[in-house]
Formats: sequence, structure tokens, C-alpha cells
Amino acid sequence: MSHRNDRTLAVRALARVEGEGAMHVRVRGGAVEDVRLEIYEPPRFFEAFLRGRRHTEPPDITARICGICPVAYQMSACLAIEAACGIEVTEPVADLRRLLYCGEWIESHALHIYLLHAPDFLGYTSALALAEDRRDLIERGLALKKAGNAIMELVGGRAIHPVNVRVGGFYRAPTRPEMAALAEKLRVALDQALDTVRWAAGFEFPDFHHDHEMLALVTPGQYAIERGTVATTGGLTFAPAEFEDHVIEEHVPHSTALHARLAGRGRYLTGPAARYTLSRRWLSPVARQAADEAGLGAECRNPYRSILVRAVEVVYAVDEALRLIGRYEPPAPCHVEVPPRAGLGHGATEAPRGVLFHRYAIDAEGLITSARIVPPTSQNQASIEHDLRRFVAGRLDLDDHDLTWQCEQAIRNYDPCISCAAHFLDLTVDRA
Amino acid sequence: MDMPTLAVWKFASCDGCQLTLLDCEDELLAIAGRVKIARFTEASSEILPGPYDVSLVEGSITTADDAERIRRVREMSRTLVTIGACASAGGVQALRNFADVEEFTSVVYARPDYISTLATSTPIAAHVDVDFELHGCPIDRRQLLEVITALLVGRKPNIPAHSVCFECKQRGNVCVVAAHGTPCLGPVTHAGCGALCPAHHRGCYGCFGPMETPNAAAQVGLLRATGMAEADIVRAFRTFNAGAPAFIELSQVARPHERRSE
Repeated sequence: MSHRNDRTLAVRALARVEGEGAMHVRVRGGAVEDVRLEIYEPPRFFEAFLRGRRHTEPPDITARICGICPVAYQMSACLAIEAACGIEVTEPVADLRRLLYCGEWIESHALHIYLLHAPDFLGYTSALALAEDRRDLIERGLALKKAGNAIMELVGGRAIHPVNVRVGGFYRAPTRPEMAALAEKLRVALDQALDTVRWAAGFEFPDFHHDHEMLALVTPGQYAIERGTVATTGGLTFAPAEFEDHVIEEHVPHSTALHARLAGRGRYLTGPAARYTLSRRWLSPVARQAADEAGLGAECRNPYRSILVRAVEVVYAVDEALRLIGRYEPPAPCHVEVPPRAGLGHGATEAPRGVLFHRYAIDAEGLITSARIVPPTSQNQASIEHDLRRFVAGRLDLDDHDLTWQCEQAIRNYDPCISCAAHFLDLTVDRA
Repeated sequence: MDMPTLAVWKFASCDGCQLTLLDCEDELLAIAGRVKIARFTEASSEILPGPYDVSLVEGSITTADDAERIRRVREMSRTLVTIGACASAGGVQALRNFADVEEFTSVVYARPDYISTLATSTPIAAHVDVDFELHGCPIDRRQLLEVITALLVGRKPNIPAHSVCFECKQRGNVCVVAAHGTPCLGPVTHAGCGALCPAHHRGCYGCFGPMETPNAAAQVGLLRATGMAEADIVRAFRTFNAGAPAFIELSQVARPHERRSE
């Protein structure tokens, strides 16, 4: 069945990604005519039903967009609403937010590295199949994931859809003894995270590079997580409030996600590789050393090596969490009051999968009059499709089964979050 | 004896409830030793054909295709358990049930003609027979383990249907209403979370949906007594379990367009 000039490949339900999507590849006359990531996750209309809600509600409501990165939604929502109301939180509250966010990075990245992505490099269909041969590896991954969730549970009150986050800060500040017990777990997790980098560094990475403009938040002096200015590898910088001047979303027929591009510049890529490329210098010494030992250079443009970047970011997040706990004093109070006022506010933070932008307009009563949310996966969709087109073009000699399998692996490199983006994948290859 | 088979299905949702299964870090490999995980797309590329002994269903029905798909899932499943507020009550996306979905589509999408969706978000039980509903937004990990364990040995899951107030007492929480006058949905909300919000000094916001026998009038009176405005009371019940009949009733007891008399 290989070497046909005209064919169609279809993956109807992409596995080991978050949410529901498909891929469609059409080959005509021996050339790739079309590659589409289809997001068929049904729309849920968050931006519509947020209208008329109180300005205090978006952190709880938008968390429900994604069970894998709820903290990202909560943090971007809080920043946007606080900006609209002209309030900034205190440094200790900002630190506690960064700690909570570290928990989500650890939990989400450990999930992707061990349960979704690593089986591809080792030739297994799932982590559970891998565990039948190498139980120790999956146990280590689950232990690391559990450490992330321990942060989420202590600081956020719950691992999925945390209850302790409010506009202005937190409902309850953890006590120092609770933080000391958490630090014990994280010290073990730091060794597991370093072992994860060494393990993943031994994988075989296919030779594939992209030239996309990469976009991430930067906070000079710190690896950007819970706030920052937008920057790209092309030298563009702008404040989150200018996001909509630079990022244009388009609606394409095959997707319930909107495709984003940079005005006058085109497709771009956000996420761990973009963060690493733009902020590598601000990794902590232990994380930077791990990156060096793993052979990650000044930038990461091979999507397969994104698993190494995620592993390095887990080291960083554990290390950073320990640093934040080391200087922790319970903030009192642990929130600032955010009385409503009519206004427009923007917020952007680094979700595990990249920049997550929120914008709210609020009236004088504190009711939301409009809301806009731009998740990382819809920003990346055009770049993923562009890469897949090149990827397929170089592998047309493969039969449909092998090509489909390799395409699915290629898609998992980007850790697409379809639940977020549906506003994604089923692979079809059409060779006629 | 062959291991029982487990399938996990997703409809309109955030993936958080099926993630809860992967969040059982200490138990996941043990579960995989007792149950053949035959279909779990989020975690495995391998899909074994049905029928399945147990299906865990996440998400609500919001498209015509999904209304058909859930019937096929039911036909393939000996026992069907819904997990979470979307599958059991329509989820936060059921807020469309109180609005005009065409207007919603035009607000979110530049090309509404590319979008195909139903006017309502409905729970799984509105479409097929459901053997057990596990509540929560998200579900509780310990409760999920209890359901899986019970189904494995063939007994009824021990999931109490009383209110969050019981869990506050069990946990030794100070009542946030009595002590601080904080509005709290705990008296009418299904137990299961372990009274997390009151333990964090905030009122329960009802993410586990209604308890077995909620007293609507008393609850609305309690919320009014804390100074909550009528429109806020309506919003409180129209959130993550907006489509649950008991919460619809509670939202209708409040009178959003009337000013409080006191």
C-alpha cells in the first residue's frame, strides 16, 4: 500500500492527548496537498456565559475549561480582573501563586512525560504497557506527579479545580509546618526530576527542526511563570494588554478551535521550547546544569526534544518551589480586597503548554460585560499543521499504518490540549 | 478467570474527571493489575473492542453526534457509571440551557456556520440508562476508588448522599455561616469532597451538586440572612450543576429582580 501517489490518512481519535481531536492528511500526485488538525471537541461557550457573572467568579469558572491546567486559568483570570480593578497583589501573595503554579507545571509535565509521551520513544502503546516491563520507571513518574499534586492540594486546596484561589489572593494561607512537610516531599522529588532528565536524554530523537517564531512571557531575572512581558525569538516584545493588537485569531472550518497568528508575521509557537529558548539564562543553576548535561543547547527547535525541556522545567519547578518554601512566611492577610470598578483588564501567564491570555471588561457593579480567552493550543495549531505537512512530505514512502503511527507521535510532541483549544484530533490520510 | 474490562469515554468536558483516575498515583498500577483497561484514549493508543464490563463516562451531551454515540456506548457497556458534574448534571456548559445558543455561538466564533451544536447540554441519564452517578466537579479520587472497588466485588458503592454539613462536622470545621456569616451552599450540596471549601475559610459553592433531599426555602432564607443579593443567589445555583433539577428549583426560589425588603 506504500508508494501510492494519491492517498488519505485518517486518525479518527488521537490517543494520549488531552481532549478530542483528529488528523486528516491528503496526498495528491505524490505531494502533500493538505494536513489538518481537526478539533471536534464540542464548544462549551465559556466566553459567552461569563457575561453577567460577578468579577469574583472567573477563577472558579474558567478553571473548568481544563482539568489538566486549571491553575493557569485561575492565575490569568486573577491578573486580568485585578488589572481591570487597578489592584496589584502583595509580593508574598505573588510568591504563593508562583508556588501553586510550580505544582501545576510538575503535575502536568510529569503526566505528559511519563504517561503520554515516553511510551512513543520506547515503543509502547501506553504507560501501563510500559509498566508491565519497567514498573520502576512509571512508579517514579507517578511519584513525581504526586509531588506536584501535593503542592496543588496544600496551596490550592484540591489537585483539580483548586478551591483556595480568589481574585486578590487566597482564602487560606498554608502554615509553616504544612510547608515544611511539603518541602520534605519535594526534596525527594528533586532527585526523581533529575533522574527523569538523564533518562529522557538517552532517548533517540528523530532529526526534525522548525523555523517558527517562538513566543513566551519573560520576566528578567526569573524564569517566567505567573506573570511577564510577551517576547518572541524574532525580537518582538509587548505587554499583555497589547496582546490582541499583535495576535489575530481566525476561525477555520475544520476546527472548533480558533487559529492564532502574529499580525504581519504569521504562525508562531508557544510552550516549553519557546520558554526555554527565551529564558534559559534564568533557569536555576541545578536546572541549567541538567539542561547542559542533557545536551540541550541555547535553543530547542526539534519538537521531539520538547520532552527534555519539560523534564528540565520539572527540575526547575521543584527547585523553585523549594526556594519559595524556604523563605515562606504566611502572608497576613492572604488576599487583598478587590472592589469592582468599571474597566478593562488583561492577564497572561505561562500555562504548562504556553501563554494563556484572558481579557475581561467589567461594569461599575462588578458584572462582566465581555470576556476573551486565548489558550496555548489554538496559538500553536497553525505551526503544528505546518510541521506535520513537512513531516509527512518526508515520509511518503511509509505505508499508511506506519505513517499514521508516526504522525500521532509527532503531534504528541506538542502536548496539545484539546479541551482548552475547543473553542482539536481524529488522523485521516487521503491518498485518493 | 478473565479480568473485568474498563472503558473510559469522554463527551463535552474538561478532562478533569478522567484525569482523576490518573491522579490515583498510589493505586493506578494496582488497579491495572485487577482490571483490563480496554479503552482509555487519554492514556493509551491501544483500544480493545467491546463489550466492556464497566464504562466510566465523562462529559455531557451537546451535539447530535454525541447523542447517538452515548447510545452505542450504553449498548457496549454492562455497567455504565457517569463521572462528574458534566455527565451527571450537564456541567457548567448547561448554562446555555438558560440562554440562546445561537447568540452564544456568535459571541465566541467568527463563523457560527462552522459550529454544529445542540441548544442544550444534558446529562447522560437524559439519553440512556445509567447504573451509578458519581458527583463532583471534579469527582473525588477516594470516591472513584470506592466505586471501582465496589464494582469489582459486585456490591453497591458506599457513597453517602447527605450534605456537606455532615462532612464539616466530621472534619471539625468551624461553620463558616455561623462564625463568619459567609454564604455557604453546604446544607444543600452533596457530600464527597470532604468539606474542602469551609476548611479553607470559604463557603461551599456547590460543585458536587444537590444532596438527596435539599430544603430549598430554608437554604435560600439562609443565604438571604447572610446579606446575599437575589441575583447572586440565582448565580450561585446556576454554575457547575446548573442543570440539576434541585438546583434549578433553588435558583427559582430566589427572586433576582426584587430588592430585599429589609
